[in-house]
Amino acid sequence: MIDLNKRWWLRAIACAAVASVALVAGCGKEEPKPAAKAAEAAPAPKPDPLKIGFMYVGPVGDAGWTFAHDNARKALEAEFGDKVKTTIVESVPEGPDAERVIRDLADQGHKLIFATSFGYMEQMLKVAETKKEIRFEHATGYKSSENMRTYDSRTYEGAYMAGVIAGAMTKTNTLGVVASIPIPEVIRNINSFTLGAQSVNPKVKTKVVWVNKWFDPPKESEGAQSLLNQGADVLFQNTDSSAVLQTAEKAGKFAFGWDSDMSKFGPTAHLASAVINWAPYYKKATKDMLDNTWQTGGVWWGHKEGVIDLVAVSDKIPEATRKRIDEIKAGLKEGTFTVWKGPIKGQDGKKRLAKDQVADDKFMHDIKWYVQGVEGKVPAGG
Amino acid sequence: MRLEARPQPSVAMSIASPVIAVAITVVLGTLLFALLGKDPVRGLMVFFYEPIRSGYALSELAVKATPLILCALGLAVCYRSNIWNIGAEGQLLLGAIAGGGVALLATTATGGWIVVAILAAGAVGGMAWAGITALLRDRFNANEILVSLMLVYVAEMFLSYLVYGPWKDPKGFNFPQTQMFPASTQVPLLVTGTRLHLGFLIALAAVAAVWIFMFRTMAGFQLLVGGLAPLAARYAGFSSRKALWTTLLLSGGVAGIAGALEAAGPLGQLTPHVSPGYGFTAIIVAFVGRLHPCGIVLAALLLSMFIIGGEFAQSRLGLPRSLTGVFQGLLLFSLLACDTLIHFRIIWARRLAWNR
Amino acid sequence: MEPIALLLAATLNAGTALAIAGLGLLINEKCGIVNLGAEGIMLIAAIAGFATVVHTDNDWVGFAAGMGAGALLALVFGWLVIWLNTNQYATGLALSMFGAGFSAFVGIRYVQEKLPAREQFAIPWLADIPLAGAALFKQHPMVYIAIALTFAMAWFLYRSRTGLVLRSIGESPESAHALGYRVRWIRLACVVAGGALCGLAGAYISVIYTPLWVEGMTAGKGWITLALTTFATWRPGRVLLGAYLFGGVTMLQFHLQGMGVQVASQLLTMLPYVATIVVLALISRNPTWIRVNMPASLGKPFYPGA
Repeated sequence: MIDLNKRWWLRAIACAAVASVALVAGCGKEEPKPAAKAAEAAPAPKPDPLKIGFMYVGPVGDAGWTFAHDNARKALEAEFGDKVKTTIVESVPEGPDAERVIRDLADQGHKLIFATSFGYMEQMLKVAETKKEIRFEHATGYKSSENMRTYDSRTYEGAYMAGVIAGAMTKTNTLGVVASIPIPEVIRNINSFTLGAQSVNPKVKTKVVWVNKWFDPPKESEGAQSLLNQGADVLFQNTDSSAVLQTAEKAGKFAFGWDSDMSKFGPTAHLASAVINWAPYYKKATKDMLDNTWQTGGVWWGHKEGVIDLVAVSDKIPEATRKRIDEIKAGLKEGTFTVWKGPIKGQDGKKRLAKDQVADDKFMHDIKWYVQGVEGKVPAGG
Repeated sequence: MRLEARPQPSVAMSIASPVIAVAITVVLGTLLFALLGKDPVRGLMVFFYEPIRSGYALSELAVKATPLILCALGLAVCYRSNIWNIGAEGQLLLGAIAGGGVALLATTATGGWIVVAILAAGAVGGMAWAGITALLRDRFNANEILVSLMLVYVAEMFLSYLVYGPWKDPKGFNFPQTQMFPASTQVPLLVTGTRLHLGFLIALAAVAAVWIFMFRTMAGFQLLVGGLAPLAARYAGFSSRKALWTTLLLSGGVAGIAGALEAAGPLGQLTPHVSPGYGFTAIIVAFVGRLHPCGIVLAALLLSMFIIGGEFAQSRLGLPRSLTGVFQGLLLFSLLACDTLIHFRIIWARRLAWNR
Repeated sequence: MEPIALLLAATLNAGTALAIAGLGLLINEKCGIVNLGAEGIMLIAAIAGFATVVHTDNDWVGFAAGMGAGALLALVFGWLVIWLNTNQYATGLALSMFGAGFSAFVGIRYVQEKLPAREQFAIPWLADIPLAGAALFKQHPMVYIAIALTFAMAWFLYRSRTGLVLRSIGESPESAHALGYRVRWIRLACVVAGGALCGLAGAYISVIYTPLWVEGMTAGKGWITLALTTFATWRPGRVLLGAYLFGGVTMLQFHLQGMGVQVASQLLTMLPYVATIVVLALISRNPTWIRVNMPASLGKPFYPGA
């Protein structure tokens, strides 16, 4: 033991010495590299692959939001093969750090850069102003410029379809939503879920608890338990993990999957999963770049474009309800069905949409109130 | 092998120890990269060379290090006088809230003096938050570790409440953010074309000020004595209450300035994401810097280098970010372990080692 | 009545992981060592436990794996702080950083794994009592183990001889050393035991409480636990009560939200933290109480012969 210790120290010191020398030598040797790199890039036999950068807000392994984006990135690579080369930087804090990462991706020769969270908006806008030759894509924001555009998904369509099922399945007429952060999208989803449920069961009430985090499995599960304790028998969540579904499974109640197909996490509790598939958009954006047809703007894609879907619909759901879901899907595809169509009343009973009035995107972006049937107060204080 | 206390700390070792530590990390890193099938030289370059390769890279390093230096300075003063404030994160957030509140009052026509007001408000905000900890400790004897830590969570929720509620940008489509502050509130940049702002100089000035305070003033001396030998301090008539309030207000104040600088500097508005945990990273910075103002500057730069290097490792080599955490942990372990050599020398002895 | 019974049941469940880890940190701190690496230990134990259950299908083997992983990390931590005299606070933080990174790195392939469904455990007869039965006697065995562990810990620290030695080391390692106790080895044993309990708590979270693995899934439970020992003024019974109090207030604020209380949810989310501060301030007013219970050498290195 003593000898071993002694040897360990000697070895450590020897290694340290060798490595220090190696480090110094390495640094010295590598200095002229930028020039060498430029030279080796120039005489490429075939056109260089399009370099695409992705900046994620969470870890790739979050099983939720970032996971969905990364799956779409993989689909993109599979589709375009060696015509593209993708790079990811995960768990980038929203705020000043984002600007450094975006700028670095730009400096590294990425011609198309995706930033996948709202909190990157101002930083991306700043970089876009100074890097006119590069195209920027920002998810879920509202600001764009000549070389920066926005993309988003109509997650509320999935929430509405889940609501239709929840309305049919509830026995207590009480639904529960475990909500994350009170941004407009989440409030819209709670409302759409409730509207869906009311479309088949007008007596339904929705209780909401806010975790105030995107991701905190123990807390999500505590929130879910609290809703079950208060009589909710179908749960829905706008948080990232499968904790809510698993809590429902343990309690013998129902719940949904969100972001990705979560059916295996609660075989008996799972009713359906509302999923986001970003691949169609990422493929389109890449194609725009390869064809030189990229133009600024903003898109908000839903079931019609294949971005939003309700999958793994359970056999426990009555035939009529499943048919209704199919009708909604068909209606969304053909554009004959809209989720937000009057009459819709606010929580306070005030009329928000008149009969047959269809909400436009501006209206949809400005929902900071609950519809009738949702209990509690919107945390945004709206 | 056993350790024997040196009669006094070794000066040679205090310089050599970080070098040895970095060398050990290099060795471990080499092994790690080799195991993952990546070129070790490239891997090490990404962490040790690319973050300092150009003027621009250095400016980014300084931007990242600024809040770390400020928070760690205050913490070092606390720790040296045995006050275990681990809530610099909360104090930073309150500084950002107070500074941001002032910035929101400004208009485009406001003069440059507003920046001074923002920073002053930040300092007051941070001091007020740290003051709660001091008050509860002073009046109720409540442990400062727990109170300062719990107040971090409260501060996060308070910031969140403000940006989702009363301070929300009315034109911001309900997203959690205040409006962008007017240009007049922007902390002046030092070099155009970079993000390097006045805050870095403020941080360096704070380093000098804290150094003078700690080692050249009577008040600082009293604090140090109080931390090293509480009984002796009491006999000498040094007030431990005064030490409590001084250190906590000082550390809250600098953390608050750091928060205000972030808000009115690179961020330019308030969002729920003012700080990616600077207050917690600063604890490590304070210890790696051996609670010495100059050491803190080096430690803050080193940690920033590793954070930025971690991003480069992803974008250049396709390594996952989690690996950066592993690498950072290893670096810190070896830095801390090597510091042992400053106060102890290794004695090679057979059998003796078994004695306790 | 029923909502209260359910709230109570959820509280017991929510407090269990905190209590187990809290007892672990308590034994660390009783012998004078602060381990700020609890969060990192819990994360690594969470993935170790989860992965083991995925491969073995046995929860108890998973718990053992979590404890083993926790003990191993604590061993490294103990070696650094006890033998190399590194700063306890900084080393603990480094361990937290390492643990978060390492668990994420090895855990990536388990992200989409699921654990098999389990039978609901119930204590025979007692579980059939109306209201209270469902609340108190239909929990996972670990809930009862946590309670038993609290009593065992109280007995061990305050009634057994070893406990006395351990506490005296926490009070004054120098005198214990002078009396001939092998201070450093005993401290190491405490640190390892503490790490094992934190590991058990981590594995309980990933295997039972929220049976899944995702990076960073303990979401700050380790930090809350650290606060808990201080809150409990280093008394085992109070660790358990503190854990239930924290879990209870968390559940209560969710309950209030679900009832539709007209208060912004951020302010309600603050509740458990504010409640902790207020209760601490109230119970800390008696300084002798703290001085009697707080290990005097907490956080200070000990070097024999120094």
